[in-house]
Amino acid sequence: MSGRKRTLEAISFELVMTVIAVIALVIIIAPSLVVLIVSFTSGFSLRFPPPGYSLRWYAELWNAWQLHFAAKNSLIVALWATGLSVTLGVAAALAISRSQALSARLLDSLFMSPLVLPALAFGLAALMLFSLVGLPVSPLTLVIGHTVVCVPYVVRNTVAALAQLEPTLLESSAVLGASRLYTFRRIVLPLIRPGIIAGAFIAFMSSFDNVPVSLFLRDAATDMLPIRMWQDLEGKLDVTIAALSGVLIIATVALVAVMERVTGLSRRLTN
Amino acid sequence: MGAAPASRDVTSYGMGLAAPLALFFLLFFVAPLLQLFWLSLHNDTAGLHWGLGQYLHFLTDPFSLGVLGSTLLLGAEVTAVCLVLGFPIAWLYQRVGPKLQTIIILIVLLPLLTSVVVRTFAWIVILGRQGIINATLQSLGIIDTPLKLLYTQFGVVIALAQVQMPLMTLPLITALGRIDPNLDDASCSLGAGSWRTFFRVVLPLSLPGLIAGCTLTYAAAITAFITQSLIGGGQMLFMPMYLYQQASTLQNWPFAAAISIIFLLAVLAVVSVFTTLGRMSRGYGGA
Repeated sequence: MSGRKRTLEAISFELVMTVIAVIALVIIIAPSLVVLIVSFTSGFSLRFPPPGYSLRWYAELWNAWQLHFAAKNSLIVALWATGLSVTLGVAAALAISRSQALSARLLDSLFMSPLVLPALAFGLAALMLFSLVGLPVSPLTLVIGHTVVCVPYVVRNTVAALAQLEPTLLESSAVLGASRLYTFRRIVLPLIRPGIIAGAFIAFMSSFDNVPVSLFLRDAATDMLPIRMWQDLEGKLDVTIAALSGVLIIATVALVAVMERVTGLSRRLTN
Repeated sequence: MGAAPASRDVTSYGMGLAAPLALFFLLFFVAPLLQLFWLSLHNDTAGLHWGLGQYLHFLTDPFSLGVLGSTLLLGAEVTAVCLVLGFPIAWLYQRVGPKLQTIIILIVLLPLLTSVVVRTFAWIVILGRQGIINATLQSLGIIDTPLKLLYTQFGVVIALAQVQMPLMTLPLITALGRIDPNLDDASCSLGAGSWRTFFRVVLPLSLPGLIAGCTLTYAAAITAFITQSLIGGGQMLFMPMYLYQQASTLQNWPFAAAISIIFLLAVLAVVSVFTTLGRMSRGYGGA
């Protein structure tokens, strides 16, 4: 690169690419910053820039019991769905990761398909099946539905972690007399743990944020946070939602920072 | 692995470990979709009379076909915008130091993990009548009356592009990272300019990542219920909302099931076109 002549042509190319990249990065980050700033407004509207700053809408949030109720439901469902996804997903990933068999490849495609199929169609399908077998809408149906759409993240990240595991490590462990279970506990699990945690984290976030499946599998008694927020926004533009968005943005940034430390999330998603 | 059949392979685990998830998917993913398909083959809402009535209704109804068409078009527009904006990010990522690389990745990653409702809400604040764009243009004296940005196709495309951008950028970053940098230098030292090198060397070699990014972006954009309905408003109808209205408000389950199946098939068709292109490009990209 150092030897390249800095012709006008080369400069024009780099200028255009850099300018578009910077504009794109600003477009990506700006909306979150805007919401964060607006959430501290002292006024009653979503005007930007705000007429003044205060914490009044965050205080308002404290009394918004409907949002509290929905947030609690979302949290419980997300925790159960993540737990179930990790249990089923890690086991499945172990089975299919090193296998070249056709059955393993087919299972892999099956487990990944919720990522590309329209989740809304699946939500409707799940509701129809549950009502056919007489299972009423409940936190249980929500956990089942969420697990289907969240488990691909666990499988994918665990398979990726297993692919980087040196097979010779397992062979040496076996040669030295360790049982398969012992090798798994002491060698495999510690090495793939960051991958599992990264997958579990993404599964948790996507369950907490899920709309298309929850839309069909919840009722008034199992109100979910993103749907509550959506319905509030359909009705009126409430500044309380801006404060709630502020809380969610800050929580996401904090969680991503922790995950980056624990699992190297950014490297994991680009290799 | 050429191990003797007598000694068990210690580096892999039995397929039995996949059985619980396979069973779970059979019961709660495959069975519901089959049931959906079964119901879509009925002419009445009670599901007693077999027939292709629902599909005939959809395929002969200009309104329904219009909804399908505008949904597929929306996906193409969003994918194009994401590609034009996302590729330079991936390009820039390869040119900067490790510190800036981490910052770029985190900027790209954060929206992916932030709630979709929050991100869409942000665009309401930006595009609204009193939003940033209108306020800025008015204070600069460029416009007198606020522009209508919310509830327009433009608004939906730009908001969806921002929401789905990570899905395009992450595979592109991976793909560009795999290209041998010497090829770039070789092309330039052989006399091709930067633009020509980009379009003739870098772009073709990044095709596998580009196609993966396009597939994910397209599939996500056409099913993005929340962003479509909040930014598009009541006048713009896309497949997810159409499906939801038929199922929830009108309780017309067989027709909603037929809409779902048609939507599923449309997504599968697009994904398989992309996958085929990806398979064809792999020989090219792996060279």
